[in-house]
Amino acid sequence: MKEVLLIKNGELALKGMNRRTFEEMLIKNMRRRLESLGGFTFTTAQSTIMAEPLRADCDLEEAAERLKKVFGIAGFSRAAAVEKKMSVILRAAEEYLAPELLAARTFKVEAKRSDKQFPLRSPEICAEVGGYLLRKYPHLTVDVHNPDLTVTVEVRDAYAFIHGKQIKGAGGMPTASAGRAALLISGGIDSPVAGYMLAKRGLELVAVHFASPPYTSERAEQKVCSLLKQVAKYSGRIALYIVPFTEIQEQIKDHCPEEIFTVIMRRMMMRIAQTLAVRERCGALITGESVGQVASQTLPALACTDAVCSIPVFRPLIGMDKDEVVAISRRIETFEISILPYEDCCTVFTPRHPRTRPTLDYVARCEQALEIDALAQRALENVRFMQIRAY
Amino acid sequence: MYAYFDNSATTAPCPEAVEAMHRALTVCWGNPSSLHGIGNAAQALLEDSRAAVANAIGCEPTELLFTSGGTEGNNLAVLGAAYQLRRMGRRIVSTEIEHASVEEALQQLEAEGFEVIRLHPDRSGHISERALYNAVDRQTVLVTMMLVNNEIGSILPVAAAKRAVLSARAPALIHCDAVQAFGKLPVRPARLGVDLMTVSAHKIHGPKGVGALYLRKGARIHPRSFGGEQERKLRPGTEPMPAIAGFAAAARALPEPNTALTQVTALRDYFCDRLSAIDGAVVNSPADGLPYIVNFSIPGVKSEPMLNYLSANGICVSGGSACSKGKKSRVLTRLELPQALIDSAVRVSFSRSTTLQEIDLLLQGIAAAKAAIRSR
Repeated sequence: MKEVLLIKNGELALKGMNRRTFEEMLIKNMRRRLESLGGFTFTTAQSTIMAEPLRADCDLEEAAERLKKVFGIAGFSRAAAVEKKMSVILRAAEEYLAPELLAARTFKVEAKRSDKQFPLRSPEICAEVGGYLLRKYPHLTVDVHNPDLTVTVEVRDAYAFIHGKQIKGAGGMPTASAGRAALLISGGIDSPVAGYMLAKRGLELVAVHFASPPYTSERAEQKVCSLLKQVAKYSGRIALYIVPFTEIQEQIKDHCPEEIFTVIMRRMMMRIAQTLAVRERCGALITGESVGQVASQTLPALACTDAVCSIPVFRPLIGMDKDEVVAISRRIETFEISILPYEDCCTVFTPRHPRTRPTLDYVARCEQALEIDALAQRALENVRFMQIRAY
Repeated sequence: MYAYFDNSATTAPCPEAVEAMHRALTVCWGNPSSLHGIGNAAQALLEDSRAAVANAIGCEPTELLFTSGGTEGNNLAVLGAAYQLRRMGRRIVSTEIEHASVEEALQQLEAEGFEVIRLHPDRSGHISERALYNAVDRQTVLVTMMLVNNEIGSILPVAAAKRAVLSARAPALIHCDAVQAFGKLPVRPARLGVDLMTVSAHKIHGPKGVGALYLRKGARIHPRSFGGEQERKLRPGTEPMPAIAGFAAAARALPEPNTALTQVTALRDYFCDRLSAIDGAVVNSPADGLPYIVNFSIPGVKSEPMLNYLSANGICVSGGSACSKGKKSRVLTRLELPQALIDSAVRVSFSRSTTLQEIDLLLQGIAAAKAAIRSR
């Protein structure tokens, strides 16, 4: 029996003239994500996409696991695809859904007939399949309101499909359908969550990480790669730029007042990230900041940081509590990686008493001690690039 | 090229061990429990290995169980002894600076209703014998103490435990975690007066994944795992023969402890002497500690950048113990060292093959790191 995946796209069905473009993006994303499992062919009909494995030994269990994390999918099912003949359909329902039917006590049958040439109408299909299953599984009773199992039969162009329960998809919009944005990632709990949230809205991620050897270690970099690999299961592949940041931090440390260190550092990060973002055709920056979480995330400090940016800065966690962020990071399985104890660039040289209400004027004056453009230029010249893939 | 100063974390396997492991994987690969030629050969290798390790420890082969390493040995000893004697009393005496594999087993026992007394060390990691005498009472069922501390190298008064137990007329078993001491100091259990002793292979140039637990003839403990007759039913499961053979070969290759000790003491003195010339450097290890371990701090230069800088220059050291991957050291906190010293603590640990040239390289590296790293 041939087994396929039937994918229902979510919000996309509401789009107008450009729906096809969105669907094509979704298919492209799914194709990439499933590639290493041996390849699939995709066909679309009436807001359902059918993914048919090219190889009979394809690991559909793993394919389903991966699809759960692809944005733009409302739900999907694993289905048996069989010849459009009633006798075949009956037998397939009996065999293919045997484990579910044995475990259920009540069930109902739903039928959809988009091929109007098929001799039976939907209610007739329901009645026949229902009656047949009742004879084969006498322990079952029919409950149309609250069944343990809903058996769905869909008669479409090429096949009749039989499936049990639908699996919930990740929702959101297909990655890249909303453009690209550059995520500043340190290695903490927040930034992977921020990236995940905006990838969910269809942004393709480019990541920028600042490394300060010897203050930060190789392990810290590996940690960022592991985090992004996990995020990439949702967002698709991520281009990662690693920016050498030691000189800049040392210069700030040596020439600027300690109390303002972090704000000036954040501004340098934003300048560099923005240059990379523009180079990578990104329309925005993404950070994991949340109002009031630390001294550099007070309103005046955020204003000072924003002042160096000419593209929008998205902060999806801005109004969230730490526990809410932690809950998401646990769900997307980045939490355990985030709490590894390696020092990251944000904790190097943390001032003992940071200023919580810096003024732009003061910050700009302090920055005059630095050769901002030259420092940024040197860092950008030595940027390293890596492509992060989930599978 | 690299210079390795993290021998308390693990040591490079010696050629003898690698050779013996290879042989156990290719020639003598049988299951010691099998009753045929290949099994018999493996059984002979197992008993031969047991004799070799027993000889290095200074006990009878029948008193030795192979385990998967220090952590399992410590768990089995601490939990197994406490359960064995739980009807005789509830008190356990230990110290605040034990390895996590003892400390966390003790926390488990506390949760089950045992009372754990942890002796407090002084600033250089010494435990007072008097405190030990005061802590052991009639209800004490276990005294567990490491012979050498893994982070600063202090030597603990294990031999006093026996006298404390006798004078208190306690039913206690005495366990010693000798993972850091084995191969470096004489550890003969009868001489130390202990009933249980844990050792590990990969700290003496053997493979990882194997260790041994000494169990004095006549002493009994409860098993922690079940399912076979191996290792007197205390450590069931098919014996990992390649690892065991490697362990035995490494034990045979151990030099006479006092020769190596003299040599490493000279290295340690050379190192500490020149280290003190670096501005601000403080040695946290006691002068009478095991010379294989030197813990020092340069206040203001945090451990992590120091490690990273040295690592980038091919020099391997450690901050605290390798088991905790950069978390704040529990042991150093217990020693009540000032925060600035704890934040900048670095552990270097030598082996019998460490050379003076390597130590010079290390000293240069430390000086260069201090110059390069901005303090905060």
